Amino acid sequence: MMWAAVVVTAAGCYLLKLAGLSVPPRVLEHRLVERVADLIPVALLAALVAVQVFARGHEIVVDARALGLAAAVVLLLLRAPFLVVVFGAALVAAGVRLL
Amino acid sequence: MTDAPLDPRERSSIIRDSLGVGVATGAYGVSFGAVSVASGLSVAQTCALSLLVFTGASQFALVGVVAAGGAPLSGALTALLLGTRNTLYGLRLAPLLAWRGARRLLGAQVLIDESTAMAITRETREAARLGFLVTGWSIFVLWNLATLVGAIAGDALGDPRRYGLDAAVGAAFLALLWPRLDRPRNRWVALAAAGVALATVPVVPAGVPVLAAAAVALLAGLLTKEPAS
Repeated sequence: MMWAAVVVTAAGCYLLKLAGLSVPPRVLEHRLVERVADLIPVALLAALVAVQVFARGHEIVVDARALGLAAAVVLLLLRAPFLVVVFGAALVAAGVRLL
Repeated sequence: MTDAPLDPRERSSIIRDSLGVGVATGAYGVSFGAVSVASGLSVAQTCALSLLVFTGASQFALVGVVAAGGAPLSGALTALLLGTRNTLYGLRLAPLLAWRGARRLLGAQVLIDESTAMAITRETREAARLGFLVTGWSIFVLWNLATLVGAIAGDALGDPRRYGLDAAVGAAFLALLWPRLDRPRNRWVALAAAGVALATVPVVPAGVPVLAAAAVALLAGLLTKEPAS
């Protein structure tokens, strides 16, 4: 199943890239299409943050991951680079679990 | 848009800037590699994603949904929805790059956030193509090498929770989201989407809450008049 998902994602993401370079611009020039396409990454990424940090199975929990996320927010406000944000959050979560 | 040739100074400055972006971006393939094997994918699956999918947010989305216990195919669907933004980038770049045939087929693989950003502001076709190709392919090479390193290291480390790698996934998504929160409308959409996702977690299968949150984007698109950037 995992390999099927890898293949579907690979083929689909490539075709999505190629489509933009290939279709006549007016097909997607519609204002609404453009607005929704602009907002989809925002909605999906925000939902992924929420689920990744606060869900455990079908439960909502606040644990070390939430403190990791708080650390990420602080690092982002300090304009830290991507890798520092990601591993900084991991470090804080790992540290909290050691306590 | 002109076809004027590039002077050597401009050429080397575009190459230097593009390589800088390439190195900075490619390096975080390490975090993808580590997070992916921590989510239960094999090293081979992880490397296949970086080689073939090659668009960071979609890759993180697929492994994130799988890590949360979702079905691989709902992870794939989330990844594809995130991949739609590359279509919009392509639409804007098409007249600028003006590629056909094999060059278009090859160029499409490295059509991502960063290569678009490094091409879209150029004044001439040659400059746009140079910025796009150097940025895109330097990220491609480094991203794949870094993924392999991260995957092997992640595999050797054992239980990912001990190192807080489960928290790293959320931080990665937040870092990808952060630059998009510059407009109030986007902040409201992000909050509403997170709320919808958490509200549906107890009642629907894993992976579905994230897809449900995409409806927030549709609704906000229908209800607001603010033009896209």
